[in-house]
Amino acid sequence: MDLNALLKEKQPAIVEKWFETVLAAYPENTANIYRKSEAQFTNPLGYNARQGVEGLFDALLKGVMLEEASGFLDNIVRIRAIQEFPPSQALSFIYELKKIVRAEIGKAVAEQGLTEDLDSFLSTIDDLALFAFDLYMGCREKLFEIKVNEMKNSTFRLIQQANRVGGKQE
Amino acid sequence: MAKLPNPEELSKIDYAPPSKGWMDTPTEFKPGMFCHGSKPKSLETLEFPNPREWRPADVDWKLPENWKQILLEGIADRLKKYRSFRLFMDICVRCGACADKCHFFIGTGDPKNMPVLRAELIRSVYRKEFTIAGKIFGKMAGARELTVDVLKEWWYYFFQCTECRRCSVFCPYGIDQAEITIIGRELLNLLGLNIEWIAGPAANCYMKGNHLGLEPHTIVGNLEYILDDIETVTGKKIKPTFNRKGAEILFVTPSGDLFADPGTYTAMGYLMLFEELGLDYTWSTYASEGGNFGFFTTNELAKRLNSKIYAEAKRLGVKYIIGGECGHMWRVIHQYMDTWNGPADFLEVPKSPITGTVFENAKASKMIHIAEFTADLMKNGKLKLDPSRNDHLKVTWHDSCNTARGMGILEEPRYVLKNVVNHFHEMPEDTIREKTFCCGSGSGLNASEDMDLRMKGGFPRANAVKFVHDHYGVNMLANICAIDRASLPPLMDYWVPGVKVAGLHELVANALIMKGEKERTTDLRGEPLPGKEQKEESA
Repeated sequence: MDLNALLKEKQPAIVEKWFETVLAAYPENTANIYRKSEAQFTNPLGYNARQGVEGLFDALLKGVMLEEASGFLDNIVRIRAIQEFPPSQALSFIYELKKIVRAEIGKAVAEQGLTEDLDSFLSTIDDLALFAFDLYMGCREKLFEIKVNEMKNSTFRLIQQANRVGGKQE
Repeated sequence: MAKLPNPEELSKIDYAPPSKGWMDTPTEFKPGMFCHGSKPKSLETLEFPNPREWRPADVDWKLPENWKQILLEGIADRLKKYRSFRLFMDICVRCGACADKCHFFIGTGDPKNMPVLRAELIRSVYRKEFTIAGKIFGKMAGARELTVDVLKEWWYYFFQCTECRRCSVFCPYGIDQAEITIIGRELLNLLGLNIEWIAGPAANCYMKGNHLGLEPHTIVGNLEYILDDIETVTGKKIKPTFNRKGAEILFVTPSGDLFADPGTYTAMGYLMLFEELGLDYTWSTYASEGGNFGFFTTNELAKRLNSKIYAEAKRLGVKYIIGGECGHMWRVIHQYMDTWNGPADFLEVPKSPITGTVFENAKASKMIHIAEFTADLMKNGKLKLDPSRNDHLKVTWHDSCNTARGMGILEEPRYVLKNVVNHFHEMPEDTIREKTFCCGSGSGLNASEDMDLRMKGGFPRANAVKFVHDHYGVNMLANICAIDRASLPPLMDYWVPGVKVAGLHELVANALIMKGEKERTTDLRGEPLPGKEQKEESA
């Protein structure tokens, strides 16, 4: 059995545990609500987190380019970026995947001499984490940009009028 | 030698928050989650108690010495005055139906944003001070002492509720959380604990007639700008009247429509529609605000600010009032105005001069919503429309909480929209009409300093927009609320880039064929119309 087959066999268990690590950042009552419903529109955080981890793990298995999987990552990172977590905590769920994979297939990997393959797989998770930092920073920068734009927009007509009174053309 | 932890042990960090009861979880004031405190000048203008410089993040809120007595007497007064408040303090059975219905809970994950728990913040004190069980059994009966920490918790969470009432739709008892928040904020105002984003506009409105503090010449000046833009697009020079006595209709709209894009495009829409109809109407530079930020402070101030609309209607001698596209303005008018400042027996039941339709639904308030007025025009075939002028837009409809849940304007704007656009796609069922999700910035929370809160609160709304954007290419989010027009653009910018925001009457005016207009090449925003791109470039 190769590494991919091992991972595929354990995919449901890995994804479930990974989903739980995303929820672990929230109070118990909240996590219960996020967990229990798969409603896309009334439980958007739970739904997007589940879709996100499922999609990302699938992409990792298929070895697709990270850019292609960015939508799934964005599903989770965009909300985490505004939920007051420090960056380390907002993105810790990605590193948690390494622990989960090791716990699930570590023994079988050692028995079958697939350690090198596993190392290589785990390093793609590191790449994913780096990519997530880009997304996270993009979200934070967007937020600050939005604040600045809102202030500009609220005074735009005022400045337009002041320029007109002062004889300046916009 | 002590045993050193290995890397595996070191990396075992438990991120799960401690599972303590809510009463034992202290409130942490997190940046981005609350607004600036009210300034003394604003409170002095409004004759509100305890005006002083204070900052919500400071330990000392400079409360009056007898603050506790003031609050408890305030609760006692309101329990006597408002049967709704008394009921809502007693009847909740904690079934949890509301728990996951609040957009702030969904977006923040903070259990104290569950409507049931937000209400418990105040109920727990009510039990302790006003019920025998609470006095005897204390915490066991869900009761707790009123302390400064409890007061701060109230402030933090009553300004994390937009009074949208989505939770009340799902409550089997019909408990209206908005009413609880309204009373909670009233109580906080007894101690001078408001936010400046509300107190400032309310003070402006009290002194100058509108939230932005625009004086009469500025209002006229701003409208002139808008009129210039209309002339550029249509070739038509419109000359509206101001403060004209004897006009048939007084038109009142939120001042945001006159000042900031995309609201200004909506104002262009009103002006063009009324011009085309030859409507005998006037603007007022005194009753120059449809919105009512007083509603987010106390019922008494809301009543004071609202009274100017009737007073101006009386002064000008109009027959009735048409109101523009605003959210909470309509909740105030529909549910409170008549009992606060009515009966408006000096006005007539609104009757459209164009179609003859009598708006019996406005018999009490004598004020109709422009969406009702325009839908009636269309139903009677009174407007020439070319919806293909909006073909560059794929539109979805955001039901604003106050107009949709607060007063049931669900069909009229959809009817209007379907007459003026060819591409209309509804968002999913659980997110529209009575179950609509709030923009996350209502009830005076659309400041810039609480942007994190706004983005979280607006997440469920944006998530539904993202769905129609991804599936149908929707690029325009239409609505009839000035706060939506101000707050949805940044929300879209964060969650669904590529979706813009428009008022209903901007789209109406795009499609409206006016008598004697020049051939239009652009929409109201100056963007080339479909098929006119080439012409625009070569012109």
